[in-house]
Amino acid sequence: MLSREEQAEIETELQHYEQPQAATIEALKIVQRHRGWVSDEAVIDLAEVLHSSTAAIDSVATFYNLIYRQPVGRHVIHLCDSVSCWIMGQDRVRRLLQQRLGIHMGQTSADQRFTLLPTVCLGTCDHAPAMLIGRDTHRDLESLDPQRLDKLLEQYP
Amino acid sequence: MSQKFSPPDKPLTERIRPEHAPFDIAEYERAGGYQALRKALRTMAPDEVVGQVKDAGLRGRGGAGFPTGVKWGMVPHGPGAPKQKYLIANGDEMEPGTFKDRLLLEGDPHQFIEGMTIAAYAIGASTGYLFLRGEYFLAAERVQQAIDQARRRGFLGRNIQGSGFDFELHLHTSAGRYICGEETALINALEGRRAIPRAKPPFPTIAGLFGKPTVVNNVETLCNVPHIIQFGVDWYKGLSKTRNGGTKLYGVSGKVVHPGAWELPLGTSAREIIDEHAGGMRAGLKLRGFLPGGASTDFLVPEHLDLPMDYDAIAAAGSRLGTGTLIVLDDQTCVIGMLRNLEHFFAQESCGWCTPCRDGIPWAEKILIELEAGRGRPGDLDLLLQQTRLLGPGRTFCAHAPGAMEPLQSALKHFRADFEAGIQTPLTELPA
Repeated sequence: MLSREEQAEIETELQHYEQPQAATIEALKIVQRHRGWVSDEAVIDLAEVLHSSTAAIDSVATFYNLIYRQPVGRHVIHLCDSVSCWIMGQDRVRRLLQQRLGIHMGQTSADQRFTLLPTVCLGTCDHAPAMLIGRDTHRDLESLDPQRLDKLLEQYP
Repeated sequence: MSQKFSPPDKPLTERIRPEHAPFDIAEYERAGGYQALRKALRTMAPDEVVGQVKDAGLRGRGGAGFPTGVKWGMVPHGPGAPKQKYLIANGDEMEPGTFKDRLLLEGDPHQFIEGMTIAAYAIGASTGYLFLRGEYFLAAERVQQAIDQARRRGFLGRNIQGSGFDFELHLHTSAGRYICGEETALINALEGRRAIPRAKPPFPTIAGLFGKPTVVNNVETLCNVPHIIQFGVDWYKGLSKTRNGGTKLYGVSGKVVHPGAWELPLGTSAREIIDEHAGGMRAGLKLRGFLPGGASTDFLVPEHLDLPMDYDAIAAAGSRLGTGTLIVLDDQTCVIGMLRNLEHFFAQESCGWCTPCRDGIPWAEKILIELEAGRGRPGDLDLLLQQTRLLGPGRTFCAHAPGAMEPLQSALKHFRADFEAGIQTPLTELPA
């Protein structure tokens, strides 16, 4: 069941489009903002609100990097693995993150605090390597060391 | 009487203060903002706006370089035209190595809104969307604030500035997928469908969003429009060093001293951009090549450094201006590794709709992984060359796979020895 808040927020988005299905991404994001991820039940509920089918909603939900169809940690780290960041040493940043968090790419730490995912170019190539933690972009990570990484992660309890 | 403002040399970035909040609507208006919109609404017919943008020689800044005024002219207009038309700003900036639209949206959102509204007036669109990539949280926040301010001051909404023209602008944030930058995939995405490209024709200008006539323009393209209207065609053409008008946001990433983005005359050379603006290569490194306009453009090499970075000259050299943001390859970065990284990106971001793209790019990536590890097999280079042809223009549903092949085919031409070095010597040929 969608909550009253979720329903109200989706209603607002529906007004921006000619057809209800067009608000699919917005609706998926609303659910995810409230629950952290998008479950099978949520997909079924959204299909009803958006006058669509579960298959259509899921074909959209599974298409995008920023929609999570599995539970994730409290903070999602998206490390850029595109070309400019690769040239500037994103491999090193990835190894530091994996060591510090004790997880591989695609995994969530045992304390459910962080999920580590790759992402494509974050559009901040003049400050490569870069990563996104939650909604914050962290840049200029070329000289990142374990101490600076610890300080950075402390902001995300 | 409105205050006179002298024409700037760097119209797109003159109001941007790096690391500061953008101008709010009052500051923007004090700096001459929204005068172009007032001028268009009060003194120009929509056709005149289209004509002026055509005459200015503005070409799309998103990668394909299509003449903007011509695109606008393809939309049905006049009494028999459909009432509902759409204008979409493509802000799905996901081309690796590209970071220019972010700068414009975060730095001066009202300039974008003004350009968008003038463009909507020109084509007769009553609704517009900014299709913004989902990772640009700060840009989304600033654009939404600016939209709200503009609506309160009567620059958006019903009867704009008493002109009788209505235009609503909505922000749509995407959720991270490169193919959404392809304009017909973008339209599917905006309709809430899986973002696969559509067959053309019909072109979006005839049947686009919800089947209505639709124009899709890049963010930087739209930001040029207010200045063309305010200061005129001659001034705009004079900004450029080549026959296409205006300035361009050029950028450099890779191992240069000062990576960054700068607004420069269209047609500035890569050498000036890299040496003077980016501070040249880092100590001890030499430039081996560069991708002139993002990941999906062909490599150019040092002999091309003095070419004007404009549409025609870069095309004549066998590449594309693309987004105008250069990615520099230095002599200590592995070419094969860089290509492996690029093809990984294109393989992952293929929408999977057509077979050559879905299966061909991962195949190319696999060969590159082997070559990078020194496990390549005789014949691999021919296989890669064949891929660049089989995935080239006209063989796939959209331009994604041909774009993926551009850096690969040019690397095979310019850096062949690097590929050959990755081929394992057969046991029979090893010295006894």
